[in-house]
Amino acid sequence: MRAKALFTYLGLSLLALFLAAPFIWMLLVSLHPSRSPIPELSALLPQNWAWENYGIVLFRTEIPVGRFFFNSLFVSAVVVAAQVLVCGMAGFGFARYAFRGREAVFGLFLASMMFAGAVTQIPVFLMMREWGWLDTYAALIIPGISSAFNVFLLRQFFMAIPQELEEAARLDGASDFRIFAWLFMPMARPAVATCAAFSFIAVWTDFFWPLIATQSQDMRTLEVGLSIFRAGYGTTNWPLQMTAAVITLVPVLLVFLALQRHFVRGVTLGGIK
Amino acid sequence: MRKSQTGWWFIAPATLHLLVFAFVPVAYAAYVSLFRWDILRDERTFVGLDQYQRLMADQAFWGSMGQTFKYALMAVPGGLVAALLVALAVSQPLKGMAWFRTLFYIPAVSSGVAIAMLWIYVYLPERGLINTMLMGLGQPSIDFLNESGWALPALAFMSVWVGLGPRMIIYVAGLMSLPVTVYEAASLDGASGWQKFWRMTMPLLAPTHLFVLVTSTIGAFQTFTPVYMMTNGRPMGSTNLVGYHIYVTAWENFNVSAASAQSFVLLFLLGLVSLAQFRMMRRRLEGYDAS
Repeated sequence: MRAKALFTYLGLSLLALFLAAPFIWMLLVSLHPSRSPIPELSALLPQNWAWENYGIVLFRTEIPVGRFFFNSLFVSAVVVAAQVLVCGMAGFGFARYAFRGREAVFGLFLASMMFAGAVTQIPVFLMMREWGWLDTYAALIIPGISSAFNVFLLRQFFMAIPQELEEAARLDGASDFRIFAWLFMPMARPAVATCAAFSFIAVWTDFFWPLIATQSQDMRTLEVGLSIFRAGYGTTNWPLQMTAAVITLVPVLLVFLALQRHFVRGVTLGGIK
Repeated sequence: MRKSQTGWWFIAPATLHLLVFAFVPVAYAAYVSLFRWDILRDERTFVGLDQYQRLMADQAFWGSMGQTFKYALMAVPGGLVAALLVALAVSQPLKGMAWFRTLFYIPAVSSGVAIAMLWIYVYLPERGLINTMLMGLGQPSIDFLNESGWALPALAFMSVWVGLGPRMIIYVAGLMSLPVTVYEAASLDGASGWQKFWRMTMPLLAPTHLFVLVTSTIGAFQTFTPVYMMTNGRPMGSTNLVGYHIYVTAWENFNVSAASAQSFVLLFLLGLVSLAQFRMMRRRLEGYDAS
């Protein structure tokens, strides 16, 4: 038994190294002086730690990475807030009311999860061109303000809350919206955290949609901006390229590590259904 | 549960969004695919099913489908076996397993562009991570992303690395839901660990296998960012995966009608593949019940 445990730890540690090594490499290379060649593995620790790379990449190249960063932060914040509200309301409605057409409409939500982005991106682009939304924050935000998966997730959570609580609030004269906003949403904090983690990571790392929905440099999000930065500096300047990559990764990793417990729960819920 | 139409008010915003950004676009895409539509000059001619007819004879499209199929044949089983093995390891009752689970998940939440940039380095000739090791062992350097025999397996290998976390978590959940009593009974009957794994764990995990199989296959057929960043479909079209091919058709050749037709054909084929996988799994399960 002891030997088996030892073997497990050894295997998992090797795997952890295999998964972490590229990230460690990225971080160390980002701290080599700008324009220095790819370091040999034996000289990976920089001799002079070039922290100034971060200032250079964010504010002092002709590619506005600082602006990309702001765009991503703004778009993600609005999408997460809107999605929590919109999906929370829908989850609450589906879970707590028996109204005509409920099953049919919920079926539409489930069905939409089957045909993800693949077919809808071209028509949504054409619709937005018609409305004059291309290359604006609206194009980046509005398609993301609801998610069928998060509606499903919050509905599951709201269904499990006992009826008595709702009845008591009603006897106290609370309105339907008050019951939703002040009783159910606070109780659903773990589910809301899962929901927020999913939507933040999805928006922050989305590449395809912002790539086609925006054109001007000032409207690019960080994920697309990173690919532009690579095209500009990539092949010749590995340290700055890796600095830009670290800047893109840090926020999403922080959110993941802060909410990872909730995240894992959401994934398994989606898996079991 | 309250019998009240008030529920409609709560679901109205999400439902409106669903109609405008999921169902209307699908109908619109079907409409667009019936035209020859020049989006630069905004000229459209109705051509009926002509796009689909052309598509049937479109060698570039079917070539790309073929490459995607080869890619899926490497990436999907590879990803499944890797995730199952790691899940078996991290669901042992040992200290620190939660920590490993979190760590293994990180590539899946990371920026796809940053990951692609990292793997460009990993596969770089001479100075890249793998080639440094190969040359240390006295082997010649391989230009993984530019040699036609290597580029597609290289992308598939990377996808196993990226997708390990979510698949592993789904297997961990599957393993935790297995009935303990059945295992105890089998142990009393003197079944070995190996027998228990092949006769019980594997068949009992069938729903989990199916879920991972279907979602990874769909994922493989929608792969875009790594191709866009790392190979642009080269060398010699060997990595021209269908997700990238549709992008090029729509946004580099500006042929949105053909691209819409292509995405419908893809959607239809993915539906078939998922259905086939469901059927196969069910037959396996029934076979197991009978024996």
